[in-house]
Parts: sequence; C-alpha cells; structure tokens
Amino acid sequence: MVQKLDYLKESASQTAGPYVHIGLAPGAAGFDIYEKQLGEVIAGPKTPGERIRVEGLVIDGTGAPVKDVLLEVWQADASGAYPHPEDPRSANVSSDFRGWGRVITDFDTGLWSFETVKPGAVPGRNGTTQAPHILFWLVSRGINIGLQTRMYFEDLADANAKDPVLNMIELVARRETLVAKQTEKGVYRFEIRLQGDGETVFFDV
Amino acid sequence: MRNREPKLAEFYQRDRDWHPAAYTPIYKTSVARSPQQALLSLDETISEITGPTFGHNDFGALDHDLLKNYAKTGDPVGERIIVHGRVLDESGRPVPNTLVEIWQANAGGRYRHKKDVYFAPIDPNFGGCGRTLTDANGYYFFRTIKPGPYPWRNYLNSWRPAHIHVSVFGTAFSQRLITQMYFEGDPLIPLCPIVKTIPDPKAVEQLTAALDLNAAIPQDSIAYKFDIVLRGRRSTLFENRLEGN
Repeated sequence: MVQKLDYLKESASQTAGPYVHIGLAPGAAGFDIYEKQLGEVIAGPKTPGERIRVEGLVIDGTGAPVKDVLLEVWQADASGAYPHPEDPRSANVSSDFRGWGRVITDFDTGLWSFETVKPGAVPGRNGTTQAPHILFWLVSRGINIGLQTRMYFEDLADANAKDPVLNMIELVARRETLVAKQTEKGVYRFEIRLQGDGETVFFDV
Repeated sequence: MRNREPKLAEFYQRDRDWHPAAYTPIYKTSVARSPQQALLSLDETISEITGPTFGHNDFGALDHDLLKNYAKTGDPVGERIIVHGRVLDESGRPVPNTLVEIWQANAGGRYRHKKDVYFAPIDPNFGGCGRTLTDANGYYFFRTIKPGPYPWRNYLNSWRPAHIHVSVFGTAFSQRLITQMYFEGDPLIPLCPIVKTIPDPKAVEQLTAALDLNAAIPQDSIAYKFDIVLRGRRSTLFENRLEGN
C-alpha cells in the first residue's frame, strides 16, 4: 500500500436538458425574474474596437438545426486582452467590456446571433501568437458534456495560417470548420456541425 | 519591463472516463448530437485559463431564495428545503466568489418554460431558478422546494428522478460545468437513462445530495448537502518561467 493522494474527482457532467434557459436565460424561457440577466451584453457601447455581428446555426447529425442549444462565448477585447486578473494586460480593458456572453437561439429556426467587438490577437504558448478567435461552449438536451470549440475569422487568413491551434489540426480541410465566413462587412456566419460531414473540431481542453 | 508571458498554470487533465461519453444511445437525444470525431487535445492558453468574473452588483437580494424570488401571492407549494454545500477543486481547495446557478421543476414536476407541455400545473409562486456567488470559503446555499419527478419521452415510460440542474463557472472557461443534483433515497435514480450515461456508480453517488438534518431549520425547512467539485489546477509554472521564479 502507498499513501493516498486525496484528490477529489470532478463532479460528473450531466446534460443541461431542454429547459436550460430557465436557469441561465429565464427571459428566453418566457418569464422575467431577475433584474439583470447575465451574459446579454458582451461588449458595451463604450468598448473600443470594430463592431461585428456573428450569426449561425448548430446542426445535428441528421442535418437539422438544434433549436434548443445554448451557447456561451468568451473572447479578448480588440487589443487581445481578457478582462480577467490573470491576464497581465487586464487593467487596460474597458470596464464596458465583459468578453463573455450567452447566446440563445430562435426556438422556431435555431438561428442565433450576437454582437460584439472583433477580438485582437492574443499570446499563445512558447512565444507564439494566436490569431483572433472566440471560444464557444455549447450545451443542450442530448449533449452530455459541454462541447468546446473556437471560431476564427475568414478575413484574417494570414493570421489564421500561423495560428498554433489551427495548425494542430492534422487534416487541413477540418481547420475550415473553425473559420467563420464573412457574409458582409462586419457580419460573420459560423455553422457548428455536431456530427457527420463537415463535423466541427471540438477540443478537449 | 520585458513583454511578460502570462502566467499559465494549467488545469488537470479532465478524466473523460468519469464523465458521460458524448454518444450514449440509452439517452436517445445524444445519438444525433454527439461528435463522432475524437476531441482534439489542446494545451491550454490564456484563452482557456481565463473566464468571466461576476460581482455582487450582478445580483438581486432574493436571487438565491426560490421560495421568495417569484412569489406573487404566497410561498410555492412543496417541501421546503435548503440546498447547501461548497464548491471545491480537485485538490480540495475552496473556489470562492464563483457563480452557481440552479434551475428545476416545481413540486409537481412542471417547468416554467414555454416548451414544457406536461399537464402538471404551473405554480404561480414558483419561477424555478436561482443564483448566488460562493463566499470566501467556497460555500453557497439556496432555499427552494423539492422538485417533483416527471415523465419524459425517452422510452414511453421514462421518469426523471427529482433533480436540480446546477451550473458552475470556477475561475476559467476550462472549468465550466453543468451537472444535476439528485436526492438521497430516490428510487428513480438508478433507472434513469440520463443518470446511466455516467459510467461509474461512484460518480453518481457524488451527484446525490445527502439529507443533512444538522443543517435543517427545525419546524421550517429540511436540508440537503451538495458539494460540487471543479477541475483542479497545477500550482507550478510550466516552461514559461518568469525571471526570478
């Protein structure tokens, strides 16, 4: 016998279920309860940077939109800094910038969208630079543990080509699953495919 | 000063054998919503070791009290309970000032959601959600009513055990977790397809809150204790050592 390590186990994940909105976005469930819903504004009007809109669908293995998915996003500001104490540049982040948001679908179509500022490049590991990106976390009925992925920007092809995370994806064609298409100036379309043809790359972080 | 690298201490590798797999045919909705390709293992960067922060300004005074936060004409119907515990990491350290959000059905097993069509009635005095920040010791508590079990269309005769959904943030996007709390003694727990997505019975025990009479308020509310464990974190720096470290 040896000494016990005494680590605890992480609580096991369980699906957020179809009624996740009650807890995380009660307005979408159809009622008002809190003075402030969290995650509605990612970048307030005083946040410096280029205003953008991101929209898309989450599509399941049958090709149908996932109408009850809830997404959370997390991103750096236009200078590439996170509003978090462990980012050495966080003191320079506008107090109007939260960097985090909750994104709700239209229950009839599954279409979602959010407005924010375009993030800047952020430091990578070992002195590298990561291309501007937004982290996504998806939960819904039928998703047993939240799915993590990233969104990059089509119009930043040079930066994307050098991005250390995109370059980890061996199959070059799959890198495209993380790149949002620019449909017009300042508007990006990001389709997340859960399964099958064109399946989005998800990360074990 | 030189352009300093952010101080990166990574989180422990998530034990994917302890969590449910993505594809669990016993829970039918997972079949078309589960990735088939392997997850890509990613070394954490500043993007993953940071995450949103919350302050007391974000909350109202009754947000953690589900008996009162939607009450219109009186208290909601049901067993009055306190749910309390701590948010810890895998090293046993408390996670202070972190956001805990819960949602649940009412005593009859009905959710206040425009997509819930179960015929058990809506309780006019019950919203079914609450939220709070843990204190400096990682401690949190809610007051609510015990939710009822309810039928759902997995198999024709599937019933969810009584449960409360729990969402926790930790300090980093990598720690983000949603799970469900079950109640000690509920015979529906081992029968539930969603519970059975969890491979190890010990992991189910960890999601089953214990009746905690010491924390009950006599003649008022019974209590259940539910500790939540988030991923732990390395305490040492890795290769990007700062000068002087």
